[in-house]
Amino acid sequence: MLVESDTIYALATAHGRAGIAVFRLSGPSAGEALRQIAKLDVLPDPRRTIRCRMVDPATGDLLDDGLAIWFPSPASLTGEDVVELHIHGGRATTDAVAAALSSLGGLRLAEPGEFSKRAFLAGKIDLTGAEAVADLVDAETEAQRRQALAQLGGGLAGRLEVWRAQLIDVLAHIEAWIDFPDEDLPDGVARSAREKIGGLRAEMGEFLADNRRGERLRDGLQIAILGAPNAGKSSLLNALARRDVAIVSDTAGTTRDVIEVHLDLGGWPVTLADTAGLREAGDEIEQEGVRRALDRSEVADLRLVVFDGSTKPDTTSLGLLENKDTIAVANKSDLPGSAANFSDGIDTLTVSAKTGDGLAGLLTRIEAAAATFFDHGGQAPLTRARHREALVACVASLERAVAAKKSELVAEDLRLAARALGRVTGRVDVEDLLDVIFADFCIGK
Amino acid sequence: MSEPEIAYDVIVVGGGHAGCEAAAASARLGAKTLLVTHRADTIGEMSCNPAIGGLGKGHLVREIDALDGIMGRVIDRAGIQFRILNRRKGPAVQGPRAQADRKLYRGAMQAVLREQPNLDIREGGVEDLILATGEDDRQSVTGVILGDGRPRLAAGRVVITTGTFLRGLIHIGEQKTPAGRVGESPALGLSETLENCGFRLGRLKTGTPPRLDGKTIDWAQLEVQRGDDPPEPFSYLTDRIETPQIACHITYTNPDTHRIIEDNIHRAPMYSGQIGGTGPRYCPSIEDKVVRFAGKERHQIFLEPEGLDDDTVYPNGISTSLPEDVQHAFLRQIPSLENARVIRPGYAIEYDYVDPRELRPTLETRRVAGLYLAGQINGTTGYEEAAAQGLMAGLNAAISAGGSTEPFTLDRGEAYIGVMIDDLITRGTTEPYRMFTSRAEYRLSLRADNADQRLTLAGLSLGCVGSDRAASFEAKMAAIARARTQLAALSATPKALAARDIRVSRDGVPRSALKLLAQPEMGMEAVARLWPETREIAPAILQQVANDALYEGYLDRQQADIAAYRKDEMLSLPEDLDYASIGGLSNEMREKLEATRPATLGAAGRIPGVTPAALTALLRHARRIAA
Repeated sequence: MLVESDTIYALATAHGRAGIAVFRLSGPSAGEALRQIAKLDVLPDPRRTIRCRMVDPATGDLLDDGLAIWFPSPASLTGEDVVELHIHGGRATTDAVAAALSSLGGLRLAEPGEFSKRAFLAGKIDLTGAEAVADLVDAETEAQRRQALAQLGGGLAGRLEVWRAQLIDVLAHIEAWIDFPDEDLPDGVARSAREKIGGLRAEMGEFLADNRRGERLRDGLQIAILGAPNAGKSSLLNALARRDVAIVSDTAGTTRDVIEVHLDLGGWPVTLADTAGLREAGDEIEQEGVRRALDRSEVADLRLVVFDGSTKPDTTSLGLLENKDTIAVANKSDLPGSAANFSDGIDTLTVSAKTGDGLAGLLTRIEAAAATFFDHGGQAPLTRARHREALVACVASLERAVAAKKSELVAEDLRLAARALGRVTGRVDVEDLLDVIFADFCIGK
Repeated sequence: MSEPEIAYDVIVVGGGHAGCEAAAASARLGAKTLLVTHRADTIGEMSCNPAIGGLGKGHLVREIDALDGIMGRVIDRAGIQFRILNRRKGPAVQGPRAQADRKLYRGAMQAVLREQPNLDIREGGVEDLILATGEDDRQSVTGVILGDGRPRLAAGRVVITTGTFLRGLIHIGEQKTPAGRVGESPALGLSETLENCGFRLGRLKTGTPPRLDGKTIDWAQLEVQRGDDPPEPFSYLTDRIETPQIACHITYTNPDTHRIIEDNIHRAPMYSGQIGGTGPRYCPSIEDKVVRFAGKERHQIFLEPEGLDDDTVYPNGISTSLPEDVQHAFLRQIPSLENARVIRPGYAIEYDYVDPRELRPTLETRRVAGLYLAGQINGTTGYEEAAAQGLMAGLNAAISAGGSTEPFTLDRGEAYIGVMIDDLITRGTTEPYRMFTSRAEYRLSLRADNADQRLTLAGLSLGCVGSDRAASFEAKMAAIARARTQLAALSATPKALAARDIRVSRDGVPRSALKLLAQPEMGMEAVARLWPETREIAPAILQQVANDALYEGYLDRQQADIAAYRKDEMLSLPEDLDYASIGGLSNEMREKLEATRPATLGAAGRIPGVTPAALTALLRHARRIAA
């Protein structure tokens, strides 16, 4: 099953010094390339590792002593002929092998993502699988890696497929009821269909009410640092990021726009956003900064409300504590008399951005919040807006289906619902329906 | 020895449902047409069940009628029990069905054809096609040769509608008989000719139940199924049904019946390996039902009389090819059939069909110019499916014979006929293809009640619709428009409605009569009560307006879907596209595309397994069709 006519190769492992490096080749000339580079008369047994001395086919110079595996089409990653060359790591060796491969006719360096693309085109992975490969390559934190791997393993596609299969099943029963009125079909098809639709809708609704954690896990948990001017928000950001990201000065209102930092906290990706201090003053630009700060507070998954612990808390910031998912932080513990200002039952973490005092405790709290947020009970979540839109459309159709008074309208909406899910992974076909109808019912007048 | 050549514009081979409709359609367009059949007295024969219509099928008949075809008018003269199926469901999934008196049906069909100008009927078996090879090596048909040295008949367009006659082989238990129908010989030569032309042939199977003598059935204890009163005709031209109406009866198989079948299953040709062809999943033989649905304790049987003065009964639901002695034995176990005499045993028939992916949307073969195929030869089953193809093949053969290059086709958004032909030519079929409403994605728009509104105008501009129908169609459309205007102008506030016991939510928004009609639970009755002047609107017209109102909203969305679908249909792919030269197509994709040679990019996308990537590769070879 050849999707493209040319053969591609690429270093599959990271560049730089390493114990071993792996080259991957895919395409019709992969086998010939292996024969030439490993000086083989015949191709090795499929999927068996063989040891071979690799040479430059042009000069006959020895390149390395390594391993090779031959995956003939179609049982391979891309569905094409695939070869893997395992050689010693290190710049000189990989460069020499790359040069030898490029000198072979019909081979070219793969473009980014081209192996996945070929695997997708060959039907080896579905769209969510291809997305997962991209995510896996981009994963920066442990949690992101796990999520991408779950999706690649078909976690999401599997769940959507199960729903789609259930929808098709319900639809098929309704269609049987519509198309075969003279048949001796079991009673209550319509009623049980309605119940099943309701159940599916509830399940999908629950799945959608996930705080978008799958997408968040790709983009990072959004944390807004909020508070009055000069409470030390930018200092706290710098301290948490362990570098100078935000300009820090004693002049109130220094930060005017939102400044973002991406961090890996205990394996969780987070995006910390420093915002302008909240006050009713300043110039137009500062007012705009305050507006943006409040917007950010709205969309944040977690808010750090920072107070200057050495002075009385301001009412605007205290008001922010009403939001859920908020941590109150009393900064400037290095200044005298700080904690006293927060005696009235507010759960406050006392830190000093300047000395680092209490920061470990704050990090632990943020990590715990992230862990709670991202906890999904082992389910593969939605990771892209595209998935969410499709599922939202699906739920909307199911809601109409439940409300519809005529069976053909129920069927119409179910068809649209199944089509919406199909957009994520595949498509619905009349034959799918007929297969279920004829498998489930004895139809034969 | 051979007589002088006689020339026609169009020759139709076969006098079944596809052949009759093809011949009539071709002649309506003014082509000099000949229908050739083995026996003129079997023209319009119902070889299997004595009924026309049903869900999807009834839609097809109404569409045929909307194009002034003949099936609807003939069944209206021959129907002895009319029922609208799914009367309690919405109009989109209601389908007319009628039991037919087989003799009346045949007679009415033959009479209609005899009266049809431009049409000759001739008895004879077509043994071979006369083919010519053009300069470009393409074959074209120039006529047909009848058996026994009878004349060569010349025609540039030939429509083949030979049903199950192509290498037909009847199975009753271990016994095999070459035949097209019981008692009629199969067409062997034609099969060979088609094979020699290079057509891909496949083999399908269908079956029929034993026929029973109604005088020996104990009717008294049976469940009765009556028809609608008054019966609703199929044809938009029929005012009322004149034939006397009868009732059907229902009985059931039972575990004793099933045990006998199980005990003898090794003698069933489908299970002994004697039959290679694929049968339909939706019309399984009784032995199939017993094996596949072992948990089901009974299967229903409709006892359908074959005619008013004919005692033959068609037991619908127990098609079988078990040996005769087993058929007798299991029938004896069925309540009320204990003493039933078998007039003719049930049988299975295997026959050749041509892979319909060989066809263009006009049903002309790509391989042989001027050769059209319609009906069971294309892998379908059912009289209605056959007739609908016959109509389209006949029209297009006549159009082409008249020198026009503007074919007449229907798409999935305008007719069930379009759905069926598109399914056949893009997907092919591996089991006998039957129409269901679930095959039509735009089902709410394609209704049996509005087939004339969808198609008659197109038929008028093509010229296949006669003056009677033109007049009645125009009158009906005008009445609908008038009723719609009138109903849209009438309105009442929720308060006024409540005063008449009509409940809507009290939001102060006045409801038009049109809007009220759309409410399934009150609809027409409420409107008549509120505005007595609307009683003057003919019920059929009011119903029509109500049907559209019921699906309001859904229909708009469906129109948008249809528009999107047609956008892809506007991108045409050349028939001779060299798929091997297109980079980025896998061998598998290439094979699929070469087998179908889709006419449009949209059709390419409907071929099972063709990927988005392959469509992208095709895109630059697509040409936009001028709207």
